[in-house]
Amino acid sequence: MSQQTAQPAPKPDPKGKKAPKAKKAKRVRQPKVSQSSVLFDVPGPKARRRNLIGGILAGLAIAYVLWLVLRLLYEREQITWDKWTPFANLGIIRSLGEALGLTLLAAVVSIACALVFGAVFAAGRLSDHRWLRWPSIAIVEFFRAIPLVLLIIFLFIAYGNVTERFGALVIALTLYNGSVLAEIFRAGILAVPRGQGEAGYAIGLRKSGVMIRILVPQAISTMLPAIISQCVVALKDTALGLVISAPDVVSVARRIAINPQYDNILAVGLVLAAIFIAINYGLSRLAGWLEARQRRKGRAVVQVTNIPDAGMGGAATG
Amino acid sequence: MNVLIDKLPQILAAFGTTLQLLGASALIATILGVVLGAFRVSPVPALRWFGTAYVTIFRNTPLVVVFIIFVVALPELGFQSSFFFRAVIALSLYAAAFVCEAVRSGVNAVQAGQAEAARSLGMTFSQTLRHVVLPQAIRTVIPPLASIYIALAKNTAVAEAFGVTEATYQLDNLVRDFPGSLWFLFFGIALGYVIIVFFISGIAGLLERRWAVSR
Repeated sequence: MSQQTAQPAPKPDPKGKKAPKAKKAKRVRQPKVSQSSVLFDVPGPKARRRNLIGGILAGLAIAYVLWLVLRLLYEREQITWDKWTPFANLGIIRSLGEALGLTLLAAVVSIACALVFGAVFAAGRLSDHRWLRWPSIAIVEFFRAIPLVLLIIFLFIAYGNVTERFGALVIALTLYNGSVLAEIFRAGILAVPRGQGEAGYAIGLRKSGVMIRILVPQAISTMLPAIISQCVVALKDTALGLVISAPDVVSVARRIAINPQYDNILAVGLVLAAIFIAINYGLSRLAGWLEARQRRKGRAVVQVTNIPDAGMGGAATG
Repeated sequence: MNVLIDKLPQILAAFGTTLQLLGASALIATILGVVLGAFRVSPVPALRWFGTAYVTIFRNTPLVVVFIIFVVALPELGFQSSFFFRAVIALSLYAAAFVCEAVRSGVNAVQAGQAEAARSLGMTFSQTLRHVVLPQAIRTVIPPLASIYIALAKNTAVAEAFGVTEATYQLDNLVRDFPGSLWFLFFGIALGYVIIVFFISGIAGLLERRWAVSR
């Protein structure tokens, strides 16, 4: 991301102030495309006209497709009063709200446990002792490699009578996200410049001292954006509770949809999507803001995309 | 253990379905994702906005909800097709958003000088993208793309809940008949996924070493 070029403060001009200022403002507006400016120059008048025409054509095409979709939905009687009124029903709003609360609770609890799990196994992977390192690697790799759905179903069938549906979901989320977080932690600790650890050893600290006093505190701030991205993944993955009918918002919403009285699966799907997009978009913005702040301070940021599986990983799974 | 051996054909067939889901949706997602990635770096604002909106929507929606909309709700609109086909559509649309982001990050990683050189040779935007930037970008995005395919392989398991008899479905299915063999079935099926994941990351590692960009 290229930085916004610092705009020179307009110099006080005793006369003819207006005209040059207006011109300048117009020119500065262009490079908002910062990321893509690699590929094309700041468009001149001709290119701008061409882009405008292209934009209008593309916009019309998009609008046409949207209109086709809307017309289809209308013809199939999806945009009717009775498909959407359930969402104005107080009882349904309340049960959806309660279920959303449980979904958020599942995400928060499992992220909290996953942080502990991740810290323990990241430490295990970075250990000098082979008997500690190998089992840690095996466990982390195993839980990252298998589908979360498989894990959820297994836990529910094996221990469902103890953990209940909610517990099975939370434990599965913890094991999966904990394994991904372990990798994030490891990357964060390895990202601290080597000299820092060496300096620690030089003043006589032991490995645990170097870890706890020098590496971890610095790693935490570089990992924060990645951790928040993982929260988005965890929240999305709670939706997998559907496979064991956990009391999460997706399962409850589905029960509304299959009620013959409403029979509005599309409306339910769209409402669910809107809820998740709103929450996750907020979280992603927070992660992006933290990352930008880190960069501004000239600190390293653990790149989620470099850790196999983080970010989309489960994301995808979820 | 016996169940695992007795039912091996059934489990292998289910993994065949898993691989078909993976292959078909990986192909569609890659094509769609590269097109969307090109939209996101294009000089036409409307296309950029469309790409951004697409990515924001599909990245923040749980896959299960994408499945609810495209696998369960679409037939009600008159799109009759097999579960498998609709599962592929849902998986591809979802994964395309991530491919798009990977492509975009790859394009941004190509040095500005390259594109400038291409422009000074008189290439247009699409020529620059096709001949100079994308080929190099694809090399740098192998690791993120590999993790997208790995995630996709695991995501095919979601189709289980929507009636596609892929590998995870067989855990659900076989445990009903052989409740005592739960652990064997779980680790047996898990092993299948572990092999798929290691296979993908192995190929990615190979390609990465071979195509490494020297900077």
